[in-house]
Amino acid sequence: MSAVISQGGQEVIGVSRIEGPIVIVEGAANVSYDEVVEIRDSQNRLRRGRVLEVGEKNAVIQVFAGSTGLSIDGTRVRFLGDTLRIPVAEEMLGRVFDGVGNPIDGGPQPLTDKYADVNGQPINPTARVYPRDYIQTGISAIDGMNTLLRGQKLPIFSGAGMPHDQLAAQIVRQATLGAIAGEPPSQAEQFAIVFAAMGVKHDVADFFRRSFMESGALTRVAMFLNLADDPPVERLVTPRAALTLAEYLAYEKGMHVLVILTDMTNYCEALRQISNIRGEVPSRKGYPGYLYSDLASLYERTGRIRTSEGSITQIPILTMPNDDITHPVPDLTGYITEGQITLGRDLDHAGIYPPIAVLPSLSRLMKDGIGSGRTRDDHPHWGGQLYAAYAHMQDVRALASVIGEEELGEVDQKYLKFGRAFEREFVNQSLTENRTIEQTLNIGWKLISMLPKEELTRVSLDEIRQFYKGEDA
Amino acid sequence: MSELIGSVIWINGPVVRARGSRHVSMLELVEVGEERLVGEVIGLNGDIITAQVYEETSGMRPGAPMFGTGLPLSVELAPGLLKSIFDGVQRPLPLIEMESGSFIGRGMRLDPLYRKDRWKFTPTAKVGDKVSGGAIIGIVMETETFEHRIMIPPDLSGTLSWVAPSDEYTIEEPIARLKVGNEEKELAMLQRWPVRRLRPYKSRLGVTTPLITGQRVLDTFFPVAKGGAAGIPGPFGSGKTVTQHSIAKWADAQVIVYIGCGERGNEMTEVLQEFPHLVDPRSGRPLMERTVLIANTSNMPVAAREASIYTGITIAEYYRDMGYHVALMADSTSRWAEALREVSGRLEEMPAEEGYPAYLAGRLAEFYERAGYVETFNGNAGSVTIVGAVSPPGGDFSEPVTQHTKRYIRCFWALDKSLASARHFPSINWLDSYSEYLEDVAGWWREQVGMDWLKMRNHAMEILSDESRLSQIVKLVGPDALPDEERLVLETARLLREGFLQQNAMDKVDAYSSVQKQIRMLGLILHFHERALRIVKHGAPISVIHNLPIVDTLIRMKTLVPNEELEKMDDIQKQIDEQMSQLDSEYR
Repeated sequence: MSAVISQGGQEVIGVSRIEGPIVIVEGAANVSYDEVVEIRDSQNRLRRGRVLEVGEKNAVIQVFAGSTGLSIDGTRVRFLGDTLRIPVAEEMLGRVFDGVGNPIDGGPQPLTDKYADVNGQPINPTARVYPRDYIQTGISAIDGMNTLLRGQKLPIFSGAGMPHDQLAAQIVRQATLGAIAGEPPSQAEQFAIVFAAMGVKHDVADFFRRSFMESGALTRVAMFLNLADDPPVERLVTPRAALTLAEYLAYEKGMHVLVILTDMTNYCEALRQISNIRGEVPSRKGYPGYLYSDLASLYERTGRIRTSEGSITQIPILTMPNDDITHPVPDLTGYITEGQITLGRDLDHAGIYPPIAVLPSLSRLMKDGIGSGRTRDDHPHWGGQLYAAYAHMQDVRALASVIGEEELGEVDQKYLKFGRAFEREFVNQSLTENRTIEQTLNIGWKLISMLPKEELTRVSLDEIRQFYKGEDA
Repeated sequence: MSELIGSVIWINGPVVRARGSRHVSMLELVEVGEERLVGEVIGLNGDIITAQVYEETSGMRPGAPMFGTGLPLSVELAPGLLKSIFDGVQRPLPLIEMESGSFIGRGMRLDPLYRKDRWKFTPTAKVGDKVSGGAIIGIVMETETFEHRIMIPPDLSGTLSWVAPSDEYTIEEPIARLKVGNEEKELAMLQRWPVRRLRPYKSRLGVTTPLITGQRVLDTFFPVAKGGAAGIPGPFGSGKTVTQHSIAKWADAQVIVYIGCGERGNEMTEVLQEFPHLVDPRSGRPLMERTVLIANTSNMPVAAREASIYTGITIAEYYRDMGYHVALMADSTSRWAEALREVSGRLEEMPAEEGYPAYLAGRLAEFYERAGYVETFNGNAGSVTIVGAVSPPGGDFSEPVTQHTKRYIRCFWALDKSLASARHFPSINWLDSYSEYLEDVAGWWREQVGMDWLKMRNHAMEILSDESRLSQIVKLVGPDALPDEERLVLETARLLREGFLQQNAMDKVDAYSSVQKQIRMLGLILHFHERALRIVKHGAPISVIHNLPIVDTLIRMKTLVPNEELEKMDDIQKQIDEQMSQLDSEYR
């Protein structure tokens, strides 16, 4: 990073106001909006910042590393005349960087002359390729019912204490390009992984590092770490730096990139902090009104384009405060992303891993990546039937808790059994279990076959003839 | 065409201030900086000009020049709009791609409509004709089947002194000369109209025709009239976009304007890749040929998102003025409102509810009131129907955008997360939704379908609302506690839900239901209910009804009977009668 910071640019000595991570500089001329600055305190320690607002006489600057140690007269601000850029290179895979792209693994600066603007540019919708190729994660609740496609953004909605990290690591370990059910998976090249940590604990970052190492993936992972005790403002840059590298790898090097962003809730809190200090009008729960646009500027940097073979698939992880899915962070995320994998507290308590609550989960692109010629012909109806049956089972379960299981009708008792088996045999699997799409579909049919044929209105009569194995088959 | 009007003194995201001329007007189009980024004046205070800029302002400095154009933000109107995709300020996205590659660069200045295409113009007016605004002077076949009618601009009238002979012209070449007083004006096919001003018409007509969408829950239960306005609110993942797409595909409008306003890029790509391959059941031509797309995805500049709604509605009104029925989808108006809020916040205006500016309701009203069924100046009837999606935070319908929208629409399609979770699509909640157009369009149904649709529809609604009441009891005591007559209501309601309301947009047969099919299906389910009710009253247990083979047939008839083979419905009716007659004789 220091390579970008050239010697040029005007320097201003002394600032007029410091408030949290915001510094206001007067007397700087010719400052441009969004430009990067270098800030040195009286001990000549360097930190960086970015211009948030410019007027004729003053500039509002956001200091990435926070303002601790800065003084009104002893601070020097150098305006660098360019927006924030990071180096991008293939050799950055296998390396570890801080939240703004400086190496922290003891290695040298990446050797490249290519520096890319961290803000990126919006992809032209006409240049996109609509995602169609599914990724086999080996996890039934995802592959079967919330299929992930290459070029999709599918977040994991979790809560404190739930195994979202294990799930993300398992996806990374097992993800391959899916094949038609019954055929061996194609030997497509493996995913390159860009991992961005925002405000997560050291243990979590370490867990991912170990997990990547154990699966032999470490050489194809680039890690951007802004940990819980790193300056929160830097967090606003971390996902952008990560996505900038991902875009380079996907669209210029033709690689398939899987981006893991964790934890988006911390990112949003940093955004709220800056917004509060600037005295902006808040919308819900104190978050700024532009939270949607800001999140979109990250999530939309996903997909495939016509001029490249590569793709970016995003799996952002966010912890819902108090498990509240209507909290602004999961809510706005859900509006932008192409579905969500929601983890359920009750499943987690019941010891089910992964505790994926299928009803509030969704993959919007699933319909385009499954079925005839992609997974198996019966997959769409099969999914609809499992969803409908499991949703009905929830009603039955609620009823059973009022009137008792014995009072239920014969059919409803079958539903209850189906529900238990669904959670125990379909959703539940071990941390190392990697199921093929065919296995997933077959387990599903076994479960569907626990219900009487008359109840199966979502699958076609042909499919019942072919796959149904119930009593009256 | 543009002159220097000031220099920039302050920049905050899309909002910039400049000091300079006092002769700039509100909503004038300006160009800012050396890159000449396009913007619009949104505030004037002495010599301070406040503008919102439709592109990223990163790198802009105080002192940068601001240029005025003397014109308000306008759209270009001419043949070539159909099949196009524009951004929020009508820049052609395919040409931007050719210029700047896969990513949208800044400072692109491209003509919205391609200038070099030649269109075959056939005059329909002649020299000496006295014409006024809106009069049709010629036609151009914009697609193989779509007749684009070239009109005199709304604010002009006079005598035609020259009309071009039938030949091919570009949109900029003169095709007529109009004598206005002593002046002679040259007219080309290309016209401009300011987006924030509604295009005039002769008079508003009543709304009496439904917009047929082929979606059973909409057409039969909650119809929107041509020229009406409908809102689709729903939490994320409840199927707003799928519903909007279905309407865009199947609605019986002649022109569709689809505005992707602050939504996903992949969604627009899906439309772009899918519509050219889908065939319009009425014209037999690809759906894309009747579609104009406006795409301002969520990561594109926020001020252009605010403008996209107006760009879209102005194009819709232009086609309406030719005498066409236009349906406009806006997905999502909440993102538009948020753009309004963001700009308002940066202007440090006093916020009203949830940070939205106090003029939110006024802006929504202005937008929805541009829907209407009108008599145009050329004597044709045309309409603009607006279907606006709303994305309430947390699915909470009490938030300001949903609430204000409800004041200006007459048709409310409430999406329900729990239905979506159970994969009941379209997940429109039949108890929370309403349509105020029911009485207005009842006459149309009588004439076109010949059955008392409203009576049948109300009967079905009664069964569904009874179900809701009864299921409260079931939740407490279980279904067995209900008398069989009431359990039959639950059974019929299930048929209505699974056999009628649920519609699979992915299924070839089921994706579109003709109104004839809809009414036959509804009739059969109600017929089943009546016959079954008689039998239950005679003491038959509900289980024998539930186990009749016809129940499964009624649930599957939506996929088994194509629109073209409705005679199969007679067979289903016969099955109902046979099976019921048999039970009748058993329990008499």
